[in-house]
Amino acid sequence: MTETTSSQKKSMGFKIRVEPRLDEPPAWHPVLVSLGAIIVALILGGILISFAGGDPIKSYLHIADASFGDTGVLSDTIVKATPILLAALACSVAFRMKLWNIGAEGQFIMGAFGASAVVLAPLLAEDTPRWLFLTVMALAGMAAGAIWGFIPGYLKAKFNVNEIISTLMMNYIAVAWINFWIFGVWSEGGFQMSPKFPNNAWLPRLLEYAKTYPALRGLTTHAGLLLGIIAAVVLWLIVYRSRWGYEIRLIGDNPHAAKYAGINITGNIIYVMMLSGALAGLGGMSEVSGVVHRLQTSPLAAGYGFTGIIVAWLAKLNPIVIVLVSVLFGALILAGREIQPSGVPKMIQGIILVSLIASDFLLRYRIRIVRADAEE
Amino acid sequence: MTQTTPSTPEIPLAVEMRGIVKRFPGVLASNHVDFELRAGEIHGLLGENGAGKSTLMNVLAGLYRQEAGIIKVKGKPVDFYSPRDAINHGIGMVHQHFMLVPSQTVTENVLLGLDDPRFFMRLPEYDAKVAAVGERFGLKVDPRAKIWQLSVGEQQRVELLKMLYRGANVLIMDEPTAVLAPQEIDGLFDILRSMIAQGKSVIFISHKLNEVSEIADHVTVLRNGRVTASSVPSKGVSKQELARLMVGRDIVFFVDKKPVEPGEKVLDVKDVHAENDKGLPALRGLSLNVRKGEIVGVAGVAGNGQNELSQVITGLRKCKKGEVFLGGDKVSNRDTLFGIQHGMSYVPEDRTHVGSAPNLSVTDNVIMKNFRKPPISKGGLLDMTAAGKFANELKQAYDIIVPNVNTPVRLLSGGNLQRVILAREISEHPDFMVAVQPTRGLDVGAIEGVHKLLLAQREAGAAVLLISEELDELLGLCDRVYVIYEGKIMGEVPIPIGKREDGLIETIGLMMTGTPLDQIQKEGVGAND
Repeated sequence: MTETTSSQKKSMGFKIRVEPRLDEPPAWHPVLVSLGAIIVALILGGILISFAGGDPIKSYLHIADASFGDTGVLSDTIVKATPILLAALACSVAFRMKLWNIGAEGQFIMGAFGASAVVLAPLLAEDTPRWLFLTVMALAGMAAGAIWGFIPGYLKAKFNVNEIISTLMMNYIAVAWINFWIFGVWSEGGFQMSPKFPNNAWLPRLLEYAKTYPALRGLTTHAGLLLGIIAAVVLWLIVYRSRWGYEIRLIGDNPHAAKYAGINITGNIIYVMMLSGALAGLGGMSEVSGVVHRLQTSPLAAGYGFTGIIVAWLAKLNPIVIVLVSVLFGALILAGREIQPSGVPKMIQGIILVSLIASDFLLRYRIRIVRADAEE
Repeated sequence: MTQTTPSTPEIPLAVEMRGIVKRFPGVLASNHVDFELRAGEIHGLLGENGAGKSTLMNVLAGLYRQEAGIIKVKGKPVDFYSPRDAINHGIGMVHQHFMLVPSQTVTENVLLGLDDPRFFMRLPEYDAKVAAVGERFGLKVDPRAKIWQLSVGEQQRVELLKMLYRGANVLIMDEPTAVLAPQEIDGLFDILRSMIAQGKSVIFISHKLNEVSEIADHVTVLRNGRVTASSVPSKGVSKQELARLMVGRDIVFFVDKKPVEPGEKVLDVKDVHAENDKGLPALRGLSLNVRKGEIVGVAGVAGNGQNELSQVITGLRKCKKGEVFLGGDKVSNRDTLFGIQHGMSYVPEDRTHVGSAPNLSVTDNVIMKNFRKPPISKGGLLDMTAAGKFANELKQAYDIIVPNVNTPVRLLSGGNLQRVILAREISEHPDFMVAVQPTRGLDVGAIEGVHKLLLAQREAGAAVLLISEELDELLGLCDRVYVIYEGKIMGEVPIPIGKREDGLIETIGLMMTGTPLDQIQKEGVGAND
């Protein structure tokens, strides 16, 4: 039996060997591998498009054109990327500590609710100065999201309740909660939406400055992008350059070592879930105040919190990379609507996702093609 | 390829490795290594940590692929791409860290990955088969027991059983005694001898000279990836000579200890009761104390409450009754942070699971205790430049061998990781230090380094509690030794510097097996047989 195995291997000529990497790959390696994965995904998607009777090159050019083609669509791409960005940041900080917060969606919705309550309750008069209005809305959104993160965080810390289940379930509660308000209390003439917010409660958009800069006419990119980028930078500083972030990374990598180092784990579970909820809540505020301008279920509960999970992983939880990946996903969502309501764009999204996740393998393993007779 | 004849044709070689080369980034782990294993022998593979013992054997077991060199099994060249290829040629390895599924039974673990049974498990039938293999080699394990219910020694037997069931003729044991208590080591040696009697061959990787001279027929010594002694008969070579071959210089087998006048009590453990992880009593009314400028040892067979003791002192475990004082402050049942901030440092037994964060860098690991204080902490922020500087200073001062301080510590060897942990704990200039098995799994050179660091702590006026199973280490370093047995102190003996009292080791040995000191003194050492 032993002889046959070795002779079979000899006759094959060459073979592919997979070896685990024992060293850290150089810094450029992950970038190159990810780009390669996207190219492979586009080729695979192209093959499928041509099977479906389409011209892959044309389709891709159209997608590119529909998401980055001119300032107008680029602006729309960014508008789509903004909520994803904040939701992904929310997920990344929880995942860093190995807290599986699947509830960014619910925290996002509660953030939108919190911000809307400032306008609709009303907590502030309609003629409140805009800066004050927006600041209070942002704080209210973050607070509402943080509360929605605190509940599963507290349950996890005190009673070891599985946060995957609790955060997931709380998403449904959040949707039901805002439905209650827009169907009943704040319903606009019986429709399932609140009245439109006054202009003071709108995040500034680029088109407002079209009078001074005509090039900005029609561009709907709003200040939520700025909030997202600031949040990304602040989060990067927290995670990699602060004492708190060090504690988070230590707990995430080895909770026993963290306990040994005197770090308060239960407290950090609660704080990190609250930070995560607050970031998602800020996303909800940005969406309701920057895009929707009223409380309404369907455009808000569009699954940004779930897309955020994917984006956070693809960016390897790095806040700065999350900014770039969010724009890519914004483009895919936008271009999707452009060429087909569903179907092909979703499929390409899926293929890119699978390729990127699969490419992770190349970071952990090395593939070598060796000739059988080259080795003795 | 040419058919090379074995160098000693009258005895067939079970395994022959020639010119094996294996590189890791920055390290030539195997540098043209030759290795021969005769059929029916126990072959000791000796070397310091990082000498390339495990690498060489991982190549033989099919886990790594050599870059150059050939392997022959029973004279025939072979090509291994996976452990499955190796086991098909009768070569099986028992790793230092066991690869078992805790929630499954012994039989299920043994069958894991095999093609037979194909679909239905038919466990009772296979329980009998597994039991029969165990019977043949004197490996007593209940095939129906779940892995988590077994002691470490029993789990090791399951690993052996796995390999024997697969028909292994050559068994590679990677530091098999590192995880075992002294009695279990004797049991293991009996098993190895019974396997030899039935025609198997064993490669015994170790860095413990005593064990290798006791069990091995021949010894191969590696140093820095090269062979320094090839298949020498273990009877014909002295321990001193083997040590020199391992480390490249003569090891001094005594410790240079200066007299230090002990000061006031730093640690006071008073009548402590605590439970272990399973809720069973682990400490039952234990009291001891450590004074300034003293190293105090706790001797005992593993599993008599040593770990629980260190955890109660450092605040990682609650105590049911009793108190622990550190320089007058109560530290028991308080946050770990309180001890850290009051000059306590702790070298835990489990380096990878407690003492370090494997995926974080050396820098991140060395600031674990001082990241709350300047210069590392600036307001709420961390000064990463200061942290990097600190890490580089420790790397220099403690000889941490690593390409740079941004390397994740999971890539470090055991000895280097222990240096990282000791560097971190000592650099805080502690008033009191608990060290649990600080030299376990380290090579002779690294052990000497750790001993020197501990003695320097003592001379600097710190109090050190050294919990160890190595009696030589305790007798060499300590000023006093307590003996622990089933969570109680059996007695305390002073260790005079420079001379060894007659009967001291026998007295400690008797206490380790459960005879209190006062009873021994009453009856005399000789009276107890």
